[in-house]
Amino acid sequence: MKKMLGLLFIMSILAACSSKPVKEETKAAPVPPPVAQAQTPPPAPQTQTTPVEASKAEVNPLTDPNNILSHRNVYFDYDKYVVKPEFQSLVEAHSKYLMDHPSARITLQGNADERGSREYNLALGQKRAAAVKQAMNVLGVQDKQIETVSFGKEKPKALGHDEASWAENRRVDLVYPGEQ
Amino acid sequence: MTRLLLVFLFLFPAISHALDIEIVGGAAQQIPIAVVPFNQPPGVSPESVSTIVANDLRRSGFFRLLETRGVATQPHELSEVKYPEWSALQAQALTIGKVEPSSGGHVKVTFRLLDVLKQSQLAGMEFDVAPTQLRKTAHKIADIIYEKLTGEPGVFSTRITYVNKTGKHYSLVVADADGGSPQTVLSSTEPIISPAWSPDGTKLAYVSFEKKKPVIFVQSLTSGQRYVLANFKGNNSAPAWSPDGKRLAIVLTHGGNSRLSLINADGTGMQPLSSGSAIDTEPDWSPDGKWIYFTSDRGGSPQIYKISPLGGDAQRVTFEGSYNVSPHVSPDGKWLTYIRRDSGKFQVAVRELASGQSQVISDSTQDESPSFAPNSRMIIYATSVGNRGILSVTSADGRVKQRLSEMGDVREPSWGPAAN
Repeated sequence: MKKMLGLLFIMSILAACSSKPVKEETKAAPVPPPVAQAQTPPPAPQTQTTPVEASKAEVNPLTDPNNILSHRNVYFDYDKYVVKPEFQSLVEAHSKYLMDHPSARITLQGNADERGSREYNLALGQKRAAAVKQAMNVLGVQDKQIETVSFGKEKPKALGHDEASWAENRRVDLVYPGEQ
Repeated sequence: MTRLLLVFLFLFPAISHALDIEIVGGAAQQIPIAVVPFNQPPGVSPESVSTIVANDLRRSGFFRLLETRGVATQPHELSEVKYPEWSALQAQALTIGKVEPSSGGHVKVTFRLLDVLKQSQLAGMEFDVAPTQLRKTAHKIADIIYEKLTGEPGVFSTRITYVNKTGKHYSLVVADADGGSPQTVLSSTEPIISPAWSPDGTKLAYVSFEKKKPVIFVQSLTSGQRYVLANFKGNNSAPAWSPDGKRLAIVLTHGGNSRLSLINADGTGMQPLSSGSAIDTEPDWSPDGKWIYFTSDRGGSPQIYKISPLGGDAQRVTFEGSYNVSPHVSPDGKWLTYIRRDSGKFQVAVRELASGQSQVISDSTQDESPSFAPNSRMIIYATSVGNRGILSVTSADGRVKQRLSEMGDVREPSWGPAAN
């Protein structure tokens, strides 16, 4: 686990370092100096919130494939941001986990398929993340445990241009700290 | 309809390949014009000034460029012009000129625009410029010819911005309106969207995901310096400059809902504008500053509304169809361009604001991000061919279309303001 976190840490440093402004190639090109850019500090692996109760369980319930908590995707209909009934048990399981672990945090990452306006899809992804958050709030999860973010259609998981890919990308990912 | 397929390739050392251009269609009434190749000594510039002028005029759709090679006399001076040779070619207008070395390493460009029927000069000008300014000078000459013959300002000297995605690499690019002289102003491994020109053309606001979430930056195109305009909790996106350049309308997601806010251009004084639980996004100011057009799903499906920057109730603008997004008002305030979805096709629509009449003007199916040229006569937008993003420019009536394409995946175009 520690090794993995260390690897993640290094990977996130590498990722952070790769976002740099282009160096000036010609005198005429107004290119920003490499300041105020790529200052994204790598998210420190928050081991204190890593929800492994080593004494009781060897297996992390969040990653145990037999545990519903390892399921992290909520899918949506086209142009919609209503959490469908089939995802209720998934949302309930994660809500219970968060309530049982008040120091645990979760990020809800909203996504949209490639069709239509980028900004509208960004708003749609946000609405989807907010819909999952709302469902968790209703079940009793505190606001401070949940962060919502949207990638709109900018980070598609499925790269095809068909209904199957679009359906895969209309999604909210439930991400715990240290995961990506 | 005549079908012209023309591909020009401009190559620049040390910068990326310029956009290829492909033109489809033609205006109903085209002015026949002859552009005699300028007398330009080799070695002055790899680019021919008269070729750039001719290409600009052709691309506008308002001109029919005549073949000049068969004409006996190839004039470069007024005294060399034999008008009967050009009326025999049925030219209404004739352009001649020359490029000569000048002092201090500069070059002198002289051009004349002549009325063939009246046998008189319509325009004549001389430029003394550095060789690196030749492209710019050629665009300026094309603007003068366009204005003399159509009565409206040309847009060949203006600039466009767009985002080019190559692999996992995103570049924010500023280029001439014909795609020439592309300059990368920002490069990132995270997405860049929604670039917006300040009204004076010196700055770009844009949304970058480099902080792992959408944050709005403003960057000077002269110094390259940039600052964070808005990095509030949640998403920060969709920047739109007020006509006086002092404020921007932006979209923030306090509590999960995308809402319009106003913010000073230095990032201070943020104040919410719209409220409610629906999606409000994609603000765009009317040129008189009285309205902000935006997209909202408050009525159940995404439609275009307008709201006063002073607040108050929003008014619905579009009613036809179930999906109308990405509004942009023309600089003359008369037209609105936006994306309409109909039968699964996303297409560019233009609406006359006074009459409310609208029509779809594109024939592609995955169009995005339309914006007007400063003369309100042309629209640039993103579309997709073979699942690769390209840019397209169309006359506002949809009659003439040209494609600007480039290696990579090009999107998020925005047409800059009139050149100074």
